[in-house]
Amino acid sequence: MTLLAAPAFQAPNLAYGRLSPLLIIFGVALVGVVVEAFAPRELRYQIQSLLALAGLVVAFISDVLVASSSPFSSSAGTGAFGGIEAQGAIAVDGPAMFVWGILLVMTLVSVLLVAERRLEGGLTAFAGQASALPGTEAEREASARGIEHTEVFPLVMFAVGGMMLFASANDFLTMFVGLEVFSLPLYLLCGLARRRRLISQEAAMKYFLLGAFSSAIFVYGIAMVYGFAGSFTFADVDNAISSRVGADGLLLLGMGLMGVGLLFKVSAAPFHSWTPDVYQGAPTAITAFMSACTKLAAFAALLRVFYVALGGARWDWQPVVWIVAIITMAVGSVIAITQTDIKRLLAYSTIAHTGFLLTAFAGAYQGTIVLTNQVSSLQAVLFYLVAYGFSSIGAFAVVTMVRDSSGEATHLSRWAGLGKESPVVAGAMALFLLSFAGIPLTSGFTSKWAVFTAAWEGGAWPLVIVAVVMSLVAAFFYIRIIVLMFFSDPVGEGPTVVLPSMLTSAVVTVGAAVTILLGVVPQPVLELARHAGEFVR
Amino acid sequence: MSHLLYLIILIPAASSAVLFVGGRLTDSWGHLMGAAAPLVSFVLGLIAFFQLRGGSAPSLHQHLWTWIGVNSFQVNFDLLFDPLSALFVLLITGVGGIIHVYSVGYMEHDERRRRFFAQLNLFVAAMLTLVMTSNYLAVFLGWEGVGLASYLLIGFWQQRDSAAVAAKKAFIVNRVGDMGMALAIMLMFHAFGTMSFAGVSRGMPHASGATATALGLLLLLGACGKSAQVPLQSWLLDAMEGPTPVSALIHAATMVTAGVYLVVRSHFIYAQSGAAQTAVIVVGVVTLLWGAIIGCAKDDIKKALAGSTMSQIGYMMLAAGIGPAGYAFAIFHLLTHGFFKANMFLGAGSVMHGMNDDVNMRRYGGLARIMPVTFVTFACGYLAIIGFPGFAGFWSKDRIIEAAFTSSVVAGAGAMIGAAITAFYMTRLMIMTFTSDRRWAQGVHPHESKPVMTIPLIVLAICSVFGGFLTLNGWIVNWLTPVVGPQGHHEAPLASWLITVLVLVMLAIGIGLAYLFFGRRRIPEEQPQRVSPVTRAARADLYGDAFNEAVLMRPGQYLTRALVFIDLRRIDGIVNGLAALVGGTSGRVRRWQTGFVRTYALSMLGGSALIVLALLAVRLG
Repeated sequence: MTLLAAPAFQAPNLAYGRLSPLLIIFGVALVGVVVEAFAPRELRYQIQSLLALAGLVVAFISDVLVASSSPFSSSAGTGAFGGIEAQGAIAVDGPAMFVWGILLVMTLVSVLLVAERRLEGGLTAFAGQASALPGTEAEREASARGIEHTEVFPLVMFAVGGMMLFASANDFLTMFVGLEVFSLPLYLLCGLARRRRLISQEAAMKYFLLGAFSSAIFVYGIAMVYGFAGSFTFADVDNAISSRVGADGLLLLGMGLMGVGLLFKVSAAPFHSWTPDVYQGAPTAITAFMSACTKLAAFAALLRVFYVALGGARWDWQPVVWIVAIITMAVGSVIAITQTDIKRLLAYSTIAHTGFLLTAFAGAYQGTIVLTNQVSSLQAVLFYLVAYGFSSIGAFAVVTMVRDSSGEATHLSRWAGLGKESPVVAGAMALFLLSFAGIPLTSGFTSKWAVFTAAWEGGAWPLVIVAVVMSLVAAFFYIRIIVLMFFSDPVGEGPTVVLPSMLTSAVVTVGAAVTILLGVVPQPVLELARHAGEFVR
Repeated sequence: MSHLLYLIILIPAASSAVLFVGGRLTDSWGHLMGAAAPLVSFVLGLIAFFQLRGGSAPSLHQHLWTWIGVNSFQVNFDLLFDPLSALFVLLITGVGGIIHVYSVGYMEHDERRRRFFAQLNLFVAAMLTLVMTSNYLAVFLGWEGVGLASYLLIGFWQQRDSAAVAAKKAFIVNRVGDMGMALAIMLMFHAFGTMSFAGVSRGMPHASGATATALGLLLLLGACGKSAQVPLQSWLLDAMEGPTPVSALIHAATMVTAGVYLVVRSHFIYAQSGAAQTAVIVVGVVTLLWGAIIGCAKDDIKKALAGSTMSQIGYMMLAAGIGPAGYAFAIFHLLTHGFFKANMFLGAGSVMHGMNDDVNMRRYGGLARIMPVTFVTFACGYLAIIGFPGFAGFWSKDRIIEAAFTSSVVAGAGAMIGAAITAFYMTRLMIMTFTSDRRWAQGVHPHESKPVMTIPLIVLAICSVFGGFLTLNGWIVNWLTPVVGPQGHHEAPLASWLITVLVLVMLAIGIGLAYLFFGRRRIPEEQPQRVSPVTRAARADLYGDAFNEAVLMRPGQYLTRALVFIDLRRIDGIVNGLAALVGGTSGRVRRWQTGFVRTYALSMLGGSALIVLALLAVRLG
């Protein structure tokens, strides 16, 4: 009889404590769905926003607690700490916990933008009823009744949960699940703009189609790598590469296709083409969230896959990354010059920044042999993403405040003379732009310095030279906006800066404060990134 | 006291900061605090002075902090209060304090009086830094600080174009001197690995002759800039655009003597280089004659006094160049000059105050009756500067001329002729201002100034009369011996009494000529145009500005024009071409962004294929 019995189900051994940040976020997201179903409509905004903020804070605290109680890993190389949890599916190591923490903080800041209601006259910037066709009676009715979609809060929570999973996945399947979990809510969020709904829906559609396309390529790559290694786990793939030299057509194909999937998410050229359209169309709060958080999560995953699983094959992929980095920097910096829409311009700027980040990635400078006052590629990239993320959220927050009768005034001509209209807002924007341009005493300078150093130490010095030249090109269009804001006379009535509530003001303040702090005293965060150490294997 | 030395500098610095930062909040009481600050420093300086005098230590030290510490490049911010510094501190805070008090009255009707005091305090703090630190780099800090304060104060009435230009001129000419000083400091670090007075002094005997000469000449260049010595003299006359208290404090009594301080302080460098010493003497003699001749031709009372300042500092330089025999006399003359020149400048300010700020002496005359206090105090200064027996200047100048003769007959003779010219132009000034018939412009009603202005005049006049007591029993020589070394005995080619008699004869000739030219005749209200070439040259500042313009400014302008041409035509061409290229590329490439998903998907597909191919190529290649 016992022969017929199925083998007893082995309950997975989950270390709930160590996974708690992830679990809290997903839990809060699920509670948010329930709230949406049962709470009365007029209370939903308050409940949802407070729930999201509280969940993020609690998750952040638990992340700090987990990080401070993590032992140094005995199995991994020096400089790594933490361990692999959930039956080998999730790596709760230093970089993962660092990324989690930063993701949670940046999401917290983004949620403040999402929750802003004063700019739209008492409603959030999201469509009242997304299902109503643009320009129809139903839409007018929805907006007249003052309906708003509070689902955005759980959607954001799902997205950030997926990002956390994506950044800490230790095998390809988990990584793919994470990818989809954070992508699907983002597709939805992109299409929910209250104003200019057609362009928003178009953006969502494009993002979805291309995202699906890239996911397919990614999965196909996973399949190839599985064919090569016979396992999904990163460590096994690494072993397979180091032990079976030669028989690796599958590996090369899989590596390339997986790389495409990941490069799509970080918007590297030539997989960047969705970025300007989506950044322009999506509600600006969501654009801010994507520009900071998606990029961070995707870079963390990219580095983990290529350093941990494919580290043995780096002589194969490094030259290709060099090329991608150069193309990305060039495309981002050059095309941005002729942009006339501030959101598109910032989208191209983010592409250029991806290129700068890729230089450090291509350098693949190891942490373990690093001198005490230097940073490895991983740490430089993480630091850069922290610095860039806050400046970027701040810049998009400013974008939400510059408005005319049809909503946000995103055309650059509407920004002329903003310095006279509102010196504080224009000054904050100028600070963010200077940071993007990498001017000293802003975070942009220190972070560029960090990635370029890592790239140089890793031997990618030609890339650094290209990067510096491209920084010069990029400086042109950043400074052009500053000139436009402060030294041009307003056209027509000129832009107006709508006074936002505490929420957006807080976002701009935090962004500016971090931008200056990381520019003047970068040491603590740099130290934290260095303390995060390397990936466990 | 030695642990409180920093307060001497800190008090005026803090006052300046409060006035600058406080802005209009301090308008009502700012000038009082500004005037009190140097007086408090003066009291502290006096306490330190008596401690130094009574104590056994040759100097007081205070280590404040390590200023710069990079490997072997160690610079401490240390304070040094030795006999030399002590005299300067007392001069700066004492005379400075008096001038501050005077300024309270002088600037009463200026709505920016608070800012004036902030800048004046800044000057005092910087000047004290200059004389109280123990290494050359910190001296340089003070040196630049006083330069800044001087710039700000010359251009204080910035609405006047001439003031703005004068301020710029002073700043730019001083750059040349400052470069010399900066190079000297670098050379010191290169040669000795230190910049402290003690370290350089220890290293000098082992330094090569070339190093010593280079150091001496570079420091002299710096000194020439700050002290308006030939060839960097041209800025001082224009600097009179500043308010009169500024002319008195900065451009007569204290800052312009910083060059003398530097040379005396660096006596250990000049001791190793005869060539550098000779250069100092030459500069001194040329300048004392140069300034005196200019002073003869100026109708602007302040410019005449400025020429005189230049000339008197020339005397000090000459003395400093003589070496140990002259250092003490250089400082002695510096102190007495500080008294009587400040006295006369403030007197000139008082006159201007009564004459509706007119500075042209041709429209003065007969003011002795109207402004008795100003006249008497000015007369004390006058007698002091020409070296009338018994007055302060007599003692100090006589010693310098005597010492000059021990060094060389030419220098001695030059100094003696200078004394005659001094007597001439100062008598001219007195006659034109105070005694001759009244030539006032219409609507001018001269009057004596208020006590807040006359009391400082009286104090300074007393100093001008009795300043010579400093040399009683050779006190000043003994006092400075620990710093500059013993004076030694030098045989002069002429007997001491004979020199004194000769100087007095020269004096009489100068006064007599001036009386003949100006006292006996009526003074024309317009400047006569048919004059001798010498007068014409002197009116044009002996063509110093013309020389600078022709030799330095014009070629510099041509050079900039040429560079601008190259920049516009060649470099900008390349840059703009590149920019156009990038812009054009941008315009073309952005067309790939069609907005169609199918295009995007195609580019992704193509990109994927390329990446895989590239991977293969890497593997195969």
